[in-house]
Amino acid sequence: MSSNLFGSLPTFPHGVHPDEYKELACHRRIERMPFVEVYTLPLSQHLGAPSKPVVKEGQKVRRGELIAEPGGFVSVGLHSPVDGVVHAIDLFDHPNGQVLPAIQIRTDRFSTQQLTIQPGTPPEEMTTPEFIKAVQWSGMVGMGGAAFPAHVKFSIPEGKTCKYLMINGCECEPFLTCDHRVMVEYARDLVDGTRILAHFLKPEKVYIAIESNKPDAISILKEKTAEMDFPMEVIALEVKYPQGAEKMMISAILGTEVPSGKLPLDVGVLVSNVGTAVAMSQYFRQGLPLVERVVTVSGTAVKRPSNLLVPIGTPMRDVVDYCGGITVPSPRILLGGPMMGMVQKNLDVPVVKGTSGILALTEREVRDLDTYSCIRCGRCLDACPLFLNPARMGLLARKGLWEELEENNIMDCFECASCSFVCPSGIPLVQSFRVGKAMIRERKSKK
Amino acid sequence: MKTIISTSPFLHHQVTTPKIMWEVVYTLIPVLGVSVYYFGMSAILVSAAAVAGCLVAERVFDKEKKAVGDGSALLTGVLLALCLPPGFPLWMAFLGGTIAIGVGKSLWGGLGQNVFNPALLGRAFLQAAFPEAITTWDLPNGHYWGVRGTNLAMPFFKGQPVDAVSTATPLSQLKFSHEVTSTMDLLLGNVSGSLGETCGILLILAGVYLVLRKIINWRIPVSILLTAGVFSGILYAINPQYPSPQFTILAGGMLLGSVYMATDYVTSPLTSRGIWIYGFGIGFLVVMIRVWGGLPEGVMYAILLMNAVTPLINRFTQRRVYGHEK
Repeated sequence: MSSNLFGSLPTFPHGVHPDEYKELACHRRIERMPFVEVYTLPLSQHLGAPSKPVVKEGQKVRRGELIAEPGGFVSVGLHSPVDGVVHAIDLFDHPNGQVLPAIQIRTDRFSTQQLTIQPGTPPEEMTTPEFIKAVQWSGMVGMGGAAFPAHVKFSIPEGKTCKYLMINGCECEPFLTCDHRVMVEYARDLVDGTRILAHFLKPEKVYIAIESNKPDAISILKEKTAEMDFPMEVIALEVKYPQGAEKMMISAILGTEVPSGKLPLDVGVLVSNVGTAVAMSQYFRQGLPLVERVVTVSGTAVKRPSNLLVPIGTPMRDVVDYCGGITVPSPRILLGGPMMGMVQKNLDVPVVKGTSGILALTEREVRDLDTYSCIRCGRCLDACPLFLNPARMGLLARKGLWEELEENNIMDCFECASCSFVCPSGIPLVQSFRVGKAMIRERKSKK
Repeated sequence: MKTIISTSPFLHHQVTTPKIMWEVVYTLIPVLGVSVYYFGMSAILVSAAAVAGCLVAERVFDKEKKAVGDGSALLTGVLLALCLPPGFPLWMAFLGGTIAIGVGKSLWGGLGQNVFNPALLGRAFLQAAFPEAITTWDLPNGHYWGVRGTNLAMPFFKGQPVDAVSTATPLSQLKFSHEVTSTMDLLLGNVSGSLGETCGILLILAGVYLVLRKIINWRIPVSILLTAGVFSGILYAINPQYPSPQFTILAGGMLLGSVYMATDYVTSPLTSRGIWIYGFGIGFLVVMIRVWGGLPEGVMYAILLMNAVTPLINRFTQRRVYGHEK
């Protein structure tokens, strides 16, 4: 609920305060990662149907050239991040742990990698369907991590309106600083991309929401939005995890809840990540499709924590090596943040469109917890931003009582992991909810 | 390079269950210290006996042989000792400890499963089994190194008080002879009573510390003391024969109960709304029992009664889930 009593910043009820660890990388300017020899571009880097290759092995491609087209409406285009040659179209390790089809490109060593493409029609002269198609073919996905095709989100169904457009710069996950650096260094592109979005979505008001631990981003964006011909408010939110979750951000700013099972658009809100807004501007003004993104490489086991502009498809090992490598013999490698990120067993996978961070943590921070019995202290109830009862759900999940688990609204859980974070008995609560949700979905699909 | 595989989250809050238990135990050290100051060696002996009883039971009933390490049995033992009289026979204290853990906790399935506060359940057992021993109170008399009268009674015997200077607690003085103890004596603890229910100031400080460290929920002591204070204040205003609010709060096990017993995580409600109901119930019942009941003290029964309705309170005070209609 937004509250400005006693000068406190707007926020949502409950939540947790993990250590931020942002100081490791938040002052590091974004560096361009040098080009490497080989790029691997999985055809599934987004939710939905895989893209369909439009190139053949041995074919020369230019940087920014389309190499795979959308494989359906919920699918996007894919482009070459370098001038080079299509080396293979085959199965490769994907960061999600599977082995999936991908296009591998060998870089032309003698190319200067100058962008030769030109921007198309200015977006202001496009119709909405043209705009949606352009976004789809530009390969755009939500840059916050889920990698949902952006054009699907921007296609507002009949009968619904986007009253508020919220640009999400909360970045509440510890360690991650890529959105922070993007807001500071690409403020102009961010505001321009937001303006393009607002042109098509026609919201009454635009919010750019930022946690108050990024004062430089707040002040520079306030400056840039002041010049705009559109009502854009830069709004500082309390530093609390998971402030950047759509539902939490909406209740912080508007004080309304998204009904269970519904989308933010059902309460007139569309949320988009800051990285997506920047990428929109870069595509429509410079013609650059989504072939690179800013990635935070951080963690106490990384020699030189950095924010890098990395071409999509760069092997993670090259990215980590560029940051001086890893300083401990057995690190824990994560993709994304430490609260919701995925563990990575293998650095020989490429950076994909949804890779916001590569973290290497030492055993000291991520030591295995001793587990004890639940002492019913209620800390998980006070942490859960959805007001669920994780203690009870954990008990039901351990017993495999899936129906009762569903009655306890487990399907509302978006796995923010606040419950596991606070549990003094080290009970793997959210971990058991992931299993529970999967079991319930499986049982539903069988029926 | 070896990488470690598991699932998120990879960060964890510093607070762990053993740390919580131990921190509560540490806050009890000054309380025990004052007890030793007033009652001498007996305070240490009774505590040691109760703790030993708890640890033995915990070890015997625990199949995985690791529960002793979480500190919860030790805490139960200390809390049980704090509500026993200083001259209590040691074998009874030991027996009380084994009942507290064995019947109060292990029988229910171990830590987190019990409905009643184990220390108070042990105390209730002792009250029922040895009504005489548990109401024989010594005066704090600087009797420092000597062992109090009945401490060393042989098992299954009551023992003969050596010096036989027993006295009444402030609550029974008020109840049976209408003598009021001064607030200052109650605050400093210079009164007869159980080991841990003497020094009011220390218990208040310990409560504030535990609240600030977010180990106990502030709503529990506040709601209990507020209810008891207001309720007894109304009675006192009607008829000053009734105990005054400050006497109600400071005398007997009120502070010990609201800071250490009622705040037990396992046996108190999970929701904030539930906690207000629970605290109100305890405060109200304590005054009811003390004023109209046959017993001078009512904290133990009030807490045990509210423990019993806690599952019900939990069920009816569940918070509406985000995005759902009520």
